[in-house]
Amino acid sequence: MISEATKARFAREVAKYPAEQKQSAVMACLAIVQQEQGHVSEASEAVIAEYLGMPQIAVHEVTTFYNMYNQQAVGKYKLAVCTNLPCLLRDGAKALEHLEQKLGVSMGQTTADGLFTLQQCECLGACADAPVMLVNDRNMCSFMGHEKLDQLVDALRAAEEKK
Amino acid sequence: MSSSAQILAQFQSAGIETCFHGRHIDPQIYADLNGSNWTLKDYEARGGYQALRSILGKDGGEGLTQDQVIASVKESGLRGRGGAGFPTGLKWSFMPRQFPGQKYLVCNSDEGEPGTCKDRDILMFNPHIVIEGMIIAAYAMGISVGYNYIHGEIFQVYERFEAALEEARAAGYLGDSILGSAFSFQLHAHHGFGAYICGEETALLESLEGKKGQPRFKPPFPASFGLYGKPTTINNTETFAAVPWIIRNGGAAYLACGKPNNGGTKIYSVSGDVERPGNYEVPMGTPFAKLLELAGGVRTGRQLKAVIPGGSSSPVLPASIIMECTMDYDSIAKAGSMLGSGAVIVMDDSRCMVESLKRLSYFYMHESCGQCTPCREGTGWLWRLVDRIHRGEGRPQDMDVLDSVASNIMGRTICALGDAAAMPVRAMIKHFRPEFEALIQKNVSQAVASA
Ligand SMILES: NC(=O)C1=CN([C@@H]2O[C@H](COP(=O)(O)OP(=O)(O)OC[C@H]3O[C@@H](n4cnc5c(N)ncnc54)[C@H](O)[C@@H]3O)[C@@H](O)[C@H]2O)C=CC1
Ligand SMILES: Cc1cc2nc3c(=O)[nH]c(=O)nc-3n(C[C@H](O)[C@H](O)[C@H](O)COP(=O)(O)O)c2cc1C
Ligand code: SF4
Ligand code: FES
Repeated sequence: MISEATKARFAREVAKYPAEQKQSAVMACLAIVQQEQGHVSEASEAVIAEYLGMPQIAVHEVTTFYNMYNQQAVGKYKLAVCTNLPCLLRDGAKALEHLEQKLGVSMGQTTADGLFTLQQCECLGACADAPVMLVNDRNMCSFMGHEKLDQLVDALRAAEEKK
Repeated sequence: MSSSAQILAQFQSAGIETCFHGRHIDPQIYADLNGSNWTLKDYEARGGYQALRSILGKDGGEGLTQDQVIASVKESGLRGRGGAGFPTGLKWSFMPRQFPGQKYLVCNSDEGEPGTCKDRDILMFNPHIVIEGMIIAAYAMGISVGYNYIHGEIFQVYERFEAALEEARAAGYLGDSILGSAFSFQLHAHHGFGAYICGEETALLESLEGKKGQPRFKPPFPASFGLYGKPTTINNTETFAAVPWIIRNGGAAYLACGKPNNGGTKIYSVSGDVERPGNYEVPMGTPFAKLLELAGGVRTGRQLKAVIPGGSSSPVLPASIIMECTMDYDSIAKAGSMLGSGAVIVMDDSRCMVESLKRLSYFYMHESCGQCTPCREGTGWLWRLVDRIHRGEGRPQDMDVLDSVASNIMGRTICALGDAAAMPVRAMIKHFRPEFEALIQKNVSQAVASA
């Protein structure tokens, strides 16, 4: 179910905490699974629960509490645009609208080709770079005016077509 | 690197606009940074880890006792940069140093208060200053294990911090018998994954224990019951980053660069309707007008209307009041708001206050952890009321209802998120009531006209 490479990544996280507090690594393990598989499935929660020696329901509580865990499959690229007030003042909401038009989906939806999922999100902690967008949880994209949004989407599409 | 990673990397900020603009005033934490000089070698070249050497007596001197370190921090007037402004030296002295079991040190880098992006730039471009500050704190309180809890959305910063930790371990600044002394300290990075509430210190501890991030009742404070139930000291990233300078230059010098009771420099994240949004490190007590000027002033062709001076949880101040303020805890508090996390959200005369409040109310509703009824239900009420007024469907009694829902949340919840949701509402009504009433009045006249 879980590869040796993934286990090694889990182990690195577990080693940070006291031996009897392995549960502390649950957030990191879930984030690793999400990075590798795109979302957190029930099966992954079961594997992590067993690995960390905690009840599966306790793992599930963590998955559902934190906004960034994908409880369902999402597109290959998850685009999360901040629309909180500091970003709103610098066209964060317009960035989201622009992407809705460009991708032909509403926020919360995934494009038919399965490439992009578009989301609205809360403060990313990068407010002075507004408009900002987080791609696949780990890549912050700053100063995303319409032109740069187009560039990013077009470049990712082109890269996928080449494959 | 795969091609998609290469593509995404092109859109990453280099920090030029927010940090390397050369418009700080006497910076200590952001001094001499350029984006590439974050490594251990660079930090040492800037005088880094000298403070640690001196307290451990590894610079030829006698070293400092734990009491001496805490006394310096007390003398400096350093106050917590996480928002509450609690005196750091005093907090450190609460730590039961003689406690026989494990004690913990935690850095709060969960920066999620809308408007705030200062800790990100510290950790990305000067990570060792936080590491050194934490080692010194650990020494002063006799702590052997620490964690830095980093906001999940800034994953690149988490990776940078882990790289810096590796460097510090390899150089003997972290780990067993630091620099050959009897003092050992292990430090690790932990990341969040998208929950604003985990910035609240007890929610953060729950999260660090691998649970939902729901705040605990205080007291007991973390100083007596913290991580895994053990005594724990938590400070903000910027608070720890201030410590090496204090040790190198003395508490009195730090206090002298701010104003009485408000020592040192402070980093302000300026966002919204200014020409040059970014982080600005200036001495405490700098006039607001000066800070606004550093940020390029209000966008051309516009006038200043209002400012939220300390992150979205702090009450809004109209232009006439904020222009008379200096940027420090006491001046902003006297004006009726809070310095908070130092996030200065600027709004110009084209802005609708009802719309601004609506967006903030949505945020608090979304981020309430749901434990306390007044917060869980009240934040929803607030949003629905403001939304209704904004859509032009408000009723005359709505202003009173808003005020009463807000006052019923305040002081009745486990953590300060409830207050944080309620306070902006009351301040908006206090200073910009006519804007709300105009929208309601329009609705009422339309209803009368069509009847
Ligand atoms: N930086 C950010 O992103 C955000 C910051 N905030 C700020 O957080 C502030 C509220 O934070 P809280 O932690 O609820 O404030 P608080 O006043 O309860 O505590 C401040 C600090 O002092 C310690 N402390 C206070 N009294 C103590 C005592 N008697 N014994 C031992 N320790 C004691 C607490 O443990 C805590 O570390 C707000 O003012 C707001 O500005 C709020 C949201 C986000
Ligand atoms: C809802 C809420 C969110 C908070 N978020 C943060 C945060 O992101 N970073 C932070 O340092 N403090 C945050 N705080 C304040 C912490 O609870 C705590 O006071 C602080 O970390 C103590 O560090 P300091 O004394 O160095 O400021 C928050 C408080 C509340 C009520
Ligand atoms: S005040 Fe709100 S966020 Fe804080 S503990 Fe209560 S319900 Fe949770
Ligand atoms: S408000 Fe958008 S990143 Fe902070």
